[in-house]
Amino acid sequence: MPGERPAPGATLAAPHGSAADVPAPSPTPARRAWRRFRRQRLGFWSLILFSVLVLLSLAVELISNDKPLLVRYQGQFYVPVLTSYPEKTFGGDFDTETDYLDPFIRAQLTQPGNWAIYPLNPYGAKTINYFAEAPNPSAPSRQNWLGTDDRGRDLLAQLIYGFRVSVLFALALTTVGVVLGVAAGAVQGYFGGKTDLAFQRFIEIWGAMPELYLLIIFSAILSPSIGLLLVLLSLFGWMGLSDYVRAEFLRNRQLDYVKGARAMGVPTRRIIWRHILPNSMTPVVTFLPFRMSAAVLALTSLDFLGLGVPPGTPSLGELLSQGKNNIDAWWISLSTFGVLVLTLLLLTFMGDALRDALDPRRADT
Amino acid sequence: MTAPLLQVEDLQVAFGAKTVVGGVGFSIARGEKLALVGESGSGKTVTALALLRLLHDARISGRALFHDGGQTRDLLALPERALRGLRGDDIAMIFQEPMTALNPLMTVGEQIAEVLRLKRALAGSQAWDNAIELLAKTGIPEARRRADAYPHQLSGGQRQRAMIAMALACEPKLLLADEPTTALDVSLRGQILDLLGDLQRENGMAVLMITHDLNLVRRFADRVAVMQRGRLVEQGATAEIFAAPRHAYTQKLMASKPERDLVDTPPTPGATPALGARGLRVAYPTPLPGLRGWFRKGQFVALQGADFSLPPGRTLGVIGESGSGKSTLAQAALGLLPRPLVTGEVSVAGRHWQLRPTADKPLRRVAQVVFQDPFSSLSPRMTVEEIVGEGLLVHAPELPASERATRVRQALADVGLEETRFPGLLARYPHEFSGGQRQRIALARALIVGPELLVLDEPTSALDVTIQKQVLALLQRLQKERGLAYLLITHDVDVVRAMAHDVIVLKDGAVVEGGSASQVLGAPRHPYTQKLLAAA
Repeated sequence: MPGERPAPGATLAAPHGSAADVPAPSPTPARRAWRRFRRQRLGFWSLILFSVLVLLSLAVELISNDKPLLVRYQGQFYVPVLTSYPEKTFGGDFDTETDYLDPFIRAQLTQPGNWAIYPLNPYGAKTINYFAEAPNPSAPSRQNWLGTDDRGRDLLAQLIYGFRVSVLFALALTTVGVVLGVAAGAVQGYFGGKTDLAFQRFIEIWGAMPELYLLIIFSAILSPSIGLLLVLLSLFGWMGLSDYVRAEFLRNRQLDYVKGARAMGVPTRRIIWRHILPNSMTPVVTFLPFRMSAAVLALTSLDFLGLGVPPGTPSLGELLSQGKNNIDAWWISLSTFGVLVLTLLLLTFMGDALRDALDPRRADT
Repeated sequence: MTAPLLQVEDLQVAFGAKTVVGGVGFSIARGEKLALVGESGSGKTVTALALLRLLHDARISGRALFHDGGQTRDLLALPERALRGLRGDDIAMIFQEPMTALNPLMTVGEQIAEVLRLKRALAGSQAWDNAIELLAKTGIPEARRRADAYPHQLSGGQRQRAMIAMALACEPKLLLADEPTTALDVSLRGQILDLLGDLQRENGMAVLMITHDLNLVRRFADRVAVMQRGRLVEQGATAEIFAAPRHAYTQKLMASKPERDLVDTPPTPGATPALGARGLRVAYPTPLPGLRGWFRKGQFVALQGADFSLPPGRTLGVIGESGSGKSTLAQAALGLLPRPLVTGEVSVAGRHWQLRPTADKPLRRVAQVVFQDPFSSLSPRMTVEEIVGEGLLVHAPELPASERATRVRQALADVGLEETRFPGLLARYPHEFSGGQRQRIALARALIVGPELLVLDEPTSALDVTIQKQVLALLQRLQKERGLAYLLITHDVDVVRAMAHDVIVLKDGAVVEGGSASQVLGAPRHPYTQKLLAAA
């Protein structure tokens, strides 16, 4: 027959099969893709591990912080993680916030009847260990498990906070990029013709702008902040994706089910939203992890160059640049490098698995 | 009977745990034409590919003894190197779709010459001359010039001829032809078939023809083998099988010609036609070559001067080959073409398309469509309920969800899909259904809004013959029950014969002949119509 091809995953072979051999309704296309994804062991476990790491980093204040989680002092409970207490509260001399690493305060809190529960790693991202036993940067020790950087801040705390900043930034950048890219691609692809032509020329001009120089110029004019970085990178980040979405829309809009919907009088918005978009999402979803890893890398490189987050924000890029400046302090560059590699590797494994799971040529089993 | 050339014994092919072909055995004598017949999924193509071991990830067992030059070799047991020597040399293959089987980056002459250089060890210029000779032999006009053409520059028929020339380059003993005419227009099919027949006689080669087209088999083959679900159910001489098919499945296949079962009352004079066209013309802008193209656009006229009127409750058949403007006509009738392309008048139930969403909404309910390819006409990510119920969302948004589901169920039941047979029917996705079932869903989707006119764009040409018969019978029943008017677009004369009250014939965008079905199909006046009917 013309178009002789088996229905992908067709289960009802005979047109009028008996009732007995009819299987139960099969899952939705999304569920089938998820099942295929789950069969990719490496990608699936990467997803699990990555999710756990992200969840942990979201609660990083409970894991790595210079403030105790709970303090019992002279018969009263204090929650320094949530509230700031002046030093006087614990018998100190000043009205400023308590430095819980101060040996005097520590001594106060260990007196009989008093106690304090510290987080696993008793340093925050900006905590400077004034009481370190070795000069900065100090090598890994019992006090600072991964050592300190050249300003005396705990490296482990920096890495965890830096990881959180990177991942959240990447998530935000990916989300904005995907929304913009899909919208732009959908408009170009669905309407085609002159709209498409105008948009394409605009993208060519826009894409030819020197992104890095713009970033340098803008960070010189405006005060650097994560928000600014997000806006600037988003302005350029949507273009790659919009091309794929546009191509999918161009293909799908002339399929018979779209023609059929038009003949039915279905409004344009609904055709785009219900008919074409769900069938055009494969490249979008496939690229998600790769876009995330690209965003992590972008932030890291900009920080490395000093164009990224404002000074004092924990950042992997800034740590790498410290590692470069203190090449003998191997613990800085090595551990930062390790965190970066792990993050990017997990994202890549997820991306590979996702690509295989969404490959239409793959069978279910 | 002469000595067998190929003896296949107990051939089994399995992909993973699924056995696709089981226990198939047949033999082909020297110079014999054997047709392997069956519906899609019956394992015919897999059988042929298995003989040359061209299948990936397949487990093949059994024997395929190739007797040639006093020696007997088992194709399924030969080492890969030896088999590669046989392929193309002693056994050649031609495929259904010549566009994908030819390399688009090489001229056809080069491709044929390459085969000759590889297999016959001919020198460059000699191979080239031979290639041109072969092309000429397959009836390509101006073979010397055509040899320099790339596949996309040739017409469909010429491409298929070029592929045959390539397959015959080494004068194979056996030719495996996998649906060699299916992708071609009806009038070309006969020519290609005659060509194959001539070359077969000339070279004394055997042909294993894989096809679903019984007309073709009757015309071409000496013997027939019928396959069903991976098994050979019957084989024998063509005349015998056609005269007295023994197996039930063969009988069903033979009886699958669509039957005419229509209410044929003359239309009430003066009734508003369900679909009317006057001076309908559709032209697409095309780029002009050279500098002129910067300032002006050329025009490709896809359809012109179409005048017809389709009264309610009747069927207007539109026949023509690919590129004749049939599908353009369908789109114009449905008001899907933007205004600048269309001139002339189209009216649906007496009203004209405004080409504005709100103004056209009432008409969109009246005119509905069913497309050819049931694989692309249903959105793969929507459930049956969403697909069928969509029309209600647009045209009866006030209905509560429960009432909508009831109507969806009813519409599906009307086309023969009952929830008792498919538990959870509404929540299923299109990929779970076969082609015929999908076509029923597409029909339910159109019928749910209560249309008066259905545009059927090749509604059965992607379906197997037995399924086609069922779907056509369903369409006839629905027409009788609801007084639907059909605009039936097809290239299949049998379908028109069974379905149409009136017929128009399209060629290159123009209506060359029109009239009642009996008149046009019984006594065609235009030579093109005569040619079409003769080929069918």
